[in-house]
Amino acid sequence: MNIIIVGCGKVGQTLAEQLNENDNNITVIDTNANLVHAIAHRYDIMGVVGNGAIHSIQHEAGIEKADLLIAVTNSDELNMLCCLIAKKAGNCQTIARIRNPEYSSEAPFLKEELGLAMVINPEFAAANEISRIINFSSAIKIETFSKGRVELLKFRLPEGSPLVNISVKEIISKLHCNVLVCTIERDDEAYIANGDFVFKEKDIISIIASHKNATAFFRKIKHKVTPVKDIIIVGGGEISHYLCALLEKTGQSIKIIEKNEKRCDEIASTWPDVTVIHGDGVEKELLLEQGIADTDAFLSLTNLDEENILLSLFAQSVGCKKTITKINRIDFDGVVQKLDLNSTIYPKHITSDIIVSYVRATKNTIGSNVETLYSVIKGKVEAAEFIIKENSPVAGKAILDLNLKKHVLIAAILRDRKMLIPRGGDIIQPGDSVVIVSKLLGMQDISDILV
Amino acid sequence: MNFKMIRYTIGFILIFEALFMCIPALTALIYSERAIWSWLICITLCLITGKLLALKKPQNTTLYAKEGYLIVALSWIVLSLFGAFPFIISGAIPSFIDALFETVSGFTTTGSSILSDVESLPRSMLMWRSFSHWVGGMGVLVFIIAFLPLSGGNNMHLMKAESTGPSVNKIVPRVKKTALILYTIYFSFTIVEFILLLFGGLDAFEAINIAFATAGTGGFAIHNNSLGDYSSYLQIVITVFMLLFSINFGSYFLLFTGKIKESFNCEVRCFLLIFITAVSCISINIYNMYGNLGEAIRNSAFTVSSIISTTGFSTVDFDKWPEFSQTIVVLVMFTGSCAGSTAGGIKISRILILIKGISKELLSMIHPNQIKKITIDKKTIEHETVRSVNVYIVCYLLIFTASIIIVSFEDYDLITNFTAVASNLNNVGPGLAKVGPTCNFGFLSVPTKLVLIFDMLAGRLELYPMLILFNRHTWKK
Repeated sequence: MNIIIVGCGKVGQTLAEQLNENDNNITVIDTNANLVHAIAHRYDIMGVVGNGAIHSIQHEAGIEKADLLIAVTNSDELNMLCCLIAKKAGNCQTIARIRNPEYSSEAPFLKEELGLAMVINPEFAAANEISRIINFSSAIKIETFSKGRVELLKFRLPEGSPLVNISVKEIISKLHCNVLVCTIERDDEAYIANGDFVFKEKDIISIIASHKNATAFFRKIKHKVTPVKDIIIVGGGEISHYLCALLEKTGQSIKIIEKNEKRCDEIASTWPDVTVIHGDGVEKELLLEQGIADTDAFLSLTNLDEENILLSLFAQSVGCKKTITKINRIDFDGVVQKLDLNSTIYPKHITSDIIVSYVRATKNTIGSNVETLYSVIKGKVEAAEFIIKENSPVAGKAILDLNLKKHVLIAAILRDRKMLIPRGGDIIQPGDSVVIVSKLLGMQDISDILV
Repeated sequence: MNFKMIRYTIGFILIFEALFMCIPALTALIYSERAIWSWLICITLCLITGKLLALKKPQNTTLYAKEGYLIVALSWIVLSLFGAFPFIISGAIPSFIDALFETVSGFTTTGSSILSDVESLPRSMLMWRSFSHWVGGMGVLVFIIAFLPLSGGNNMHLMKAESTGPSVNKIVPRVKKTALILYTIYFSFTIVEFILLLFGGLDAFEAINIAFATAGTGGFAIHNNSLGDYSSYLQIVITVFMLLFSINFGSYFLLFTGKIKESFNCEVRCFLLIFITAVSCISINIYNMYGNLGEAIRNSAFTVSSIISTTGFSTVDFDKWPEFSQTIVVLVMFTGSCAGSTAGGIKISRILILIKGISKELLSMIHPNQIKKITIDKKTIEHETVRSVNVYIVCYLLIFTASIIIVSFEDYDLITNFTAVASNLNNVGPGLAKVGPTCNFGFLSVPTKLVLIFDMLAGRLELYPMLILFNRHTWKK
């Protein structure tokens, strides 16, 4: 697939890295020559220096033969223009990042009129993920498959949990829960669960289940599933704006602390039900005064990563159970993970994940397609949903009879809108959706899981 | 500096050299030469050393630009050292320095020889000389990148260090595919030339040798009087192919993909203009010597094409031409051909940047506050490139001067010294006077030969990789 990425910011770079698979030819366009050269070198891709909305530059980048153009510069207007010109110049699909809420509210119209294949709004996507985590506060990360019918949840095993020293296969016999353990993270290592794996304290576990079963499971393991009622947010940026919109009808009380008075006015006038506090969120006294210790969830969404991390650590130290930290800088995610933070949100990862899964899904392959794709553990484990077609190599076969590769787990089968936890005797049928969790990165076809 | 990765890559180079040696070994087998044993010994030697070096794959495989330069410099030295062994072991060239000179001259596509009687050499040795031209022309590391799964974007540093021209660009997104396309073009052109030479009445062995030597713009011939005895058909074919191989291979890719306008870029146009001007000037100048315009044009076209492409074949002794013609011949030695070709010399694109730099400098004296950018083909040349070209010329002149000073201890005339250094630093081959087209380099002393060996390598690798060897920071951790 020939892909052109306009804009070499963090998202552009992450996309270049993740899409750089064997059969993709990637060209990046940016006005910053140094950046282009550095990236072209690092990832073995082509770089073109110039304004991506100019036809001759697109021509130089090979727009005529491109299959996809992704515009992720920091200007919405430029992104739209890039896509529009690309659409006219070549016959390619286009993806634009549009983050301005005013444009974003017209996304369907823009998509239709500009012929965009996809409009991605990183802040909205981040807000969406945050709202999912808030609604299921036991988990630190939630991904959904099949339009939300299946959830992939990640949580950290607390001390004294009944799961400690229990093996994976005992979950069913002892807890009578219909959930499937997918991965376990322990000391920087990622494991795909097998029956004999024994849980330890502080393991980060991901499970797959329907929402109902997941709730039941958390109740059984005495993980508190207290519904979040009060939320404190520091930083009134775009994510907060979208979050207010998403949580408007749930009746949760939201308190936003924002430094900029003008921004406070804007939020207060758009969302009358939200409590807006004008003040500096990094003042300890102010936070305590606003009840950071007793709130159900604390979100640090300022533009400074360091500030966000400190605020969340402080909130946790004074007794807040659920914190969500926004982190922009994705280079140091390994270090951040070592900190004892509750949930972290990387808007840039979310953006690139959505685009990468779209790209994988558009690649037409025999048998089946990737429907959804998430990275469960960054750079180590991916979860992909495939729809099984008639001629697929796995169709009509029992799971026991499939010759699977190592580190591959068939995590769920969706049939007639119902989720089945796969057992050895189950037969995969055409039309099923199958969720695969595996250490093979870059799965593109269901046949990739077979030896 | 990732020395483990350097060791590992050089190991691979040696394994590939063993592979390259199979071709002359096969020749020795076909003509049942005694030299077959020396080939087998050398192949085993390369294989064992290479295997030992590449035994353990380093954990950290990242290469930065500095490692790229060092790998290229070291691997060319190692390649030449091991490539000289067959000559020594078989006794074809008993002296070590002479054998090294001949091999370096082969790999760097210079074509200057120390042999006075080429025809007495076993055929397998002739084949090795010509084949080293072919491999050296496009680059050994580019060859390895094209055919070996050395993964990652790091390869670009290797390709950059080995390819010619002020700024090396990929023609398709992936380095591996770029290298593969370049070699495909290179290979097909060589085949076409081989077939055309066969039509001219050459036997297969001779046609292969000449095709290899033309493709790499090398210049090792298999007769003592170079190509003097060849028919005018053969001379014309070789003239055309020497020109073809001195044009940027990226241009051919653009041409084949239908971008005709882009393929005739400023550099190609300038190159052809220089060629035509030089040929017309010399033709008029030497008209009286031949008394026939057709012959004058054919001879001058062949010579200019041979020198500007830095091949170094000769059909006539241009040492006997008038001074004006000789001057032009020496001048086109320096210009060389297009960047991204197999030819040597300073390269037209560098000269273009330099000349435009001069006019920019003059303009800034008239309008001190004017902001002016150097553009070629309507594209701004980045300051970084301009600076690098300027430094390149300074380095070039320094190496040139230093070489001439050392060579002048030989006590030969200035023309001999000057053209010997010029022709080796530019990878041409023959010079004038005592090193003219009918002579060879065998009579020179050992220190002079060593200087010329360095010049050939520096010229082929475009100075920086060789200079980096002498920087003490290179060898620090």
